[in-house]
Order: sequence, then C-alpha cells, then structure tokens
Amino acid sequence: MKIVVLVKQVPDTETNIKVGDKSINEAGVKWIISPYDEFAIEEGIRIREKSGGEVIAVSLGPDRVVEALRTAYAMGVDRAVHVKVDDYVTFDSTYTSELLANFIKAENADVIIGGRQSIDTDSSQVVVQIAERLNVPHVAMALKLEFDGKKVTATREIEGGTEVVETSAPLAVTAQKGLNEPRYPSLKGIMSAKKKPVDVKKPEELGATGSKLEVVSLEPPPPRIAGRKLEAADAQGFASQLVKALREEAKVI
Amino acid sequence: MADVLVVGELKNGELKKISKELTSAARKIADAIGGKVHTLLITDNVDSFAGDLKAVGADAVIGANLGEFSPEGYANGIFAVIQEKKPAVVLMPHSAQGKEYSARVAIKANAGIVADAVGLSVDGGKVVAKKPIYSGKAYANFKVSSDIQMFTVRANSQEVTPKEGAGAVEKSGASAGEVRTKSLSKDLSGGNKVQLADASIIVSGGRGIKGPENWPIIQDLADTLGAALGASRATVDAGWISHSHQVGQTGKTVSPNCYIACGISGAIQHLAGMGSSKYIVAINKDGDAPIFKVATYGVVADLFEVVPALTSEFKKVLG
Repeated sequence: MKIVVLVKQVPDTETNIKVGDKSINEAGVKWIISPYDEFAIEEGIRIREKSGGEVIAVSLGPDRVVEALRTAYAMGVDRAVHVKVDDYVTFDSTYTSELLANFIKAENADVIIGGRQSIDTDSSQVVVQIAERLNVPHVAMALKLEFDGKKVTATREIEGGTEVVETSAPLAVTAQKGLNEPRYPSLKGIMSAKKKPVDVKKPEELGATGSKLEVVSLEPPPPRIAGRKLEAADAQGFASQLVKALREEAKVI
Repeated sequence: MADVLVVGELKNGELKKISKELTSAARKIADAIGGKVHTLLITDNVDSFAGDLKAVGADAVIGANLGEFSPEGYANGIFAVIQEKKPAVVLMPHSAQGKEYSARVAIKANAGIVADAVGLSVDGGKVVAKKPIYSGKAYANFKVSSDIQMFTVRANSQEVTPKEGAGAVEKSGASAGEVRTKSLSKDLSGGNKVQLADASIIVSGGRGIKGPENWPIIQDLADTLGAALGASRATVDAGWISHSHQVGQTGKTVSPNCYIACGISGAIQHLAGMGSSKYIVAINKDGDAPIFKVATYGVVADLFEVVPALTSEFKKVLG
C-alpha cells in the first residue's frame, strides 16, 4: 500500500499573532503540525504496519516546514517531500490542492490522508479537493478505517452522530479526533530523522496553474461588545439581571 | 449576467435558517453586481419552501432531487445546476455537508473558493469575503480571481432581511450521477437535540459541573431556550459526554448569537471555537477565569445555584 499523508505546519494556538498588511509577522511564532494532521500521520503508519507498503509525508510551505517533516520522520514515515512555496499562497486551497494532487498523481498513491481541517484557516477543503482532482472517492471525518484489500469500511462523524460507509481504494480520508492516539516520536526516531533526506519539489515542476485568491488585507479581530460583570446578592438576583440583559439589552433570547 | 447561486439546506424536511441567511446575503450581492438570485434546494418538494425564500430575495427557487446525501452526488448535482445557470458567485453553507461537497464543486467548476466566510461585501464588482484565521486572532479579506467566485459561509454570520424576489419555482433535472461511497448505516443516538453548528443559542458545560450526573442542570437550561448543548474538552476527555458536543479547536467552531458558558474556565483552545459568538455569558466561581475576558455578561457565582435559577426565570418569561 502506498500512503501519502498531508502535513501542514501552523502557528501553535497559544502563540501571539501580530497582523501585518497581507501576512502575519512571523517573528516569535511557534510552529507546530496542525493537530488533526497528527492523526493522519499516525493512521498512515498504522495502515503500513498492518498492510505493508510505504508512507510518504508531504508538506507545502516555505523552508521552515521541513521541521514538520522531520517530526513526521521521527514518528515513522518512510519518505518526506517538501513542496516549496511562499507560505501565504497556502491560504488558497485550490492552488494547494493542485500542487499536492499533481505530486500524488505521479506517486500513484492508494490512500491519501490529511486532517479534517487545519487550525490556521479551518477551511476543510484541501483533502476533498485532492480527491476530486484525482477522481477518487473520499471519507471525511473518519473515526475508524478498515481495509480489506481494495475495499474500505469506515466509520465517520456526521451531524448528530456517526455513519458507517463502504468505498474502495484509491481514496482520500480526512482524520477526525478519535481515529487514533498519535504516538510520540522516540528519541532514536528524532535522532535518525535529522539525517534523513527531504525531497524538494518546486511549483514549476508540479505544473500548477497559479493562485485563484487575492489576499486583500489582514486585520485584527473586530472589537468585542464591551463586557461587564454583573453584581447581585444571590442566585435569584443574577438570574433576573441576566434574563433582563439578554432579552432587553442584547435581544438575543 | 452576474447571477448569484445559493445552495440551501433542509433538516428533517424543514428549511434551515442558513438557507435564508445565504439567500439574503446573495440578494445584497446580486443587487450590487446586477444579477438574479437563484436558491437551490436538494429536495423533490421545492414548492413548500419557495415562499419563505422569495420573501428574503430569491428570484428563482430551484429544486433538485439528488436522493440521500452523499458528497459526490450532491457535488455532481450542484455542478450541473452551475453549468446551467452560469452564476458569477456561488454561496454554500459551511455546514458538515457543505464543507464536503463545496470542495468537489470548486474543482469541477475550476473556481477559487473561500471557506468559512463570516463577512461578504462587494468591491469593484467582486465579492470580498472576510474570514477568521489563526483561531480568530486575525481576520483576512479575500477576493476570488477565477470567473466563478465561490464561498462557504458560517451559520449565523449573515442577517436575514426581508426583500421580495421574483420567486419563480423551477425543478431541475440534475442527478447525483456516480457515487462511489455507499452509506451502510447511521447512528444518531449520541447526538444533540439541536445541532451545534447552526444553533443560535448554545449552553455549554465545563469542568465546573463536577461530574456527568450534573448534565441535566445544563440540559434543562438548553431545553428551556431551545438551545444546543455544548461541552468543553475537559468534560469530553473525562468521558462525561460524547465528542460530538465538544466546542473548541478539537471540537466544533460555533458562532451563535448567544453562548452561555457554565463552569468553563476558557482555555485558548475553547475560545478559538466560540470566540466569535455575538454575546457570551460566563458563569463561573473563579472570577479570574480567562472566559471573563471575552464575556459580555460575567457572573461570578456558583453555577449549581445560578443555572437552575436562570432556567426557572426563563421559564416564567418565555411561558
């Protein structure tokens, strides 16, 4: 089985974000693998452990994403590929999916796995777009995956519950929390990951047609409605004040 | 023509509010760029909903019978309608289903797409979409440069404004085509009575509720308000409630009009999932909890006393 896992590097949630004109100021930003992509890497490795084959981690972005690929190596992937582009085009899911799909096409992968969304843009687009570009089925929000040759049975999260679906490889999967528990890289893994090769691909080699989005501007979040702490003598006092505030002031209930 | 196509959604045979929100937003865009609003519903019973959509600006209400939901089937059907109507702008819900079919539709139509938009405006004949990025720590404005501009839009982010459209009813012959993923079974037993993703009110419980036996206190308030029940990561990780209730970075992103956080301290990952709620009420014993930094109304008190009092007070005024 040939498995491609998609790894996106994102700012750590706790990191401070300073907004520039069309991009953020990267100074002092701590970068991590987007948490859902960790489930994808783990699942890729588990499929290989069961069915044999090869796991290729691919990350798109500037030079710093190589760090994320080293972590993927340390977790146990077999190969790492860096699609080297300026990072802010990664806002554009169609461009990202075109570059990645063109790479994956050449690899003839059986399974493509990424997180259900990346925590920087929360778009939930790239993996399913890749499925469409490769003309393969997909399973989104996977909680469980079972392979029986080409046949795939999956449990996935849907609105209000879960669904069991059946499809076949080649396919694309998005990983939801609950699919597995990602392993920690071992010290040995981390040491040997430093020496492993990272293959670099440039957009021109992958023949993408270019970005379809224009970043007009970035701005800080809108100011919140000013908050206040309510004062009351007892629970009843808080309750009547809150009901009044929500019904007469905010008019939301 | 610079028409706008809206993909609406139904739930249990009823029109979801997002369908009106998107039609209303489409009306404003169509008026600015000079075109018509088409709202597509995936149903064989389009006539029942035409009036509601006409009242918020739909010039045409299109019904397509694509059978049971499948992302591939919906994408095939929606793309067929796009080929027929040739809209300049397509608005789709950023719902669980919308996230899936929109990705396929964008590729089929060779269109750029901005997902999870919360603001839509028009500049120089092009739509400018605003969306939160980096867990709401920044907002980005995008234009789409392809011929068709596509957007998925967050529920509760658009105002519903009455404005009469022509309201013609059409039945589309679009079909689901080839679908390669087959649904074997569904289990909806662990779910919410009201869906988190499009709820306009959410009542959430955190570690402060102390144990799973106390959910009824929170659920009573939610039921009284017709709200969805949310939960913090701590309560899900402790096994007190299923993950489908989790709000936050590894749960659901929500934007209700009103979010009532009971016994939730407000870790940054939780704020990332609910920080764009319009009004936030925080009820927590610890006055230094970070949730109070974003709360519109803060109540520093014991939730076990305040929440039941609040429920009975609401029962009185809501009848």
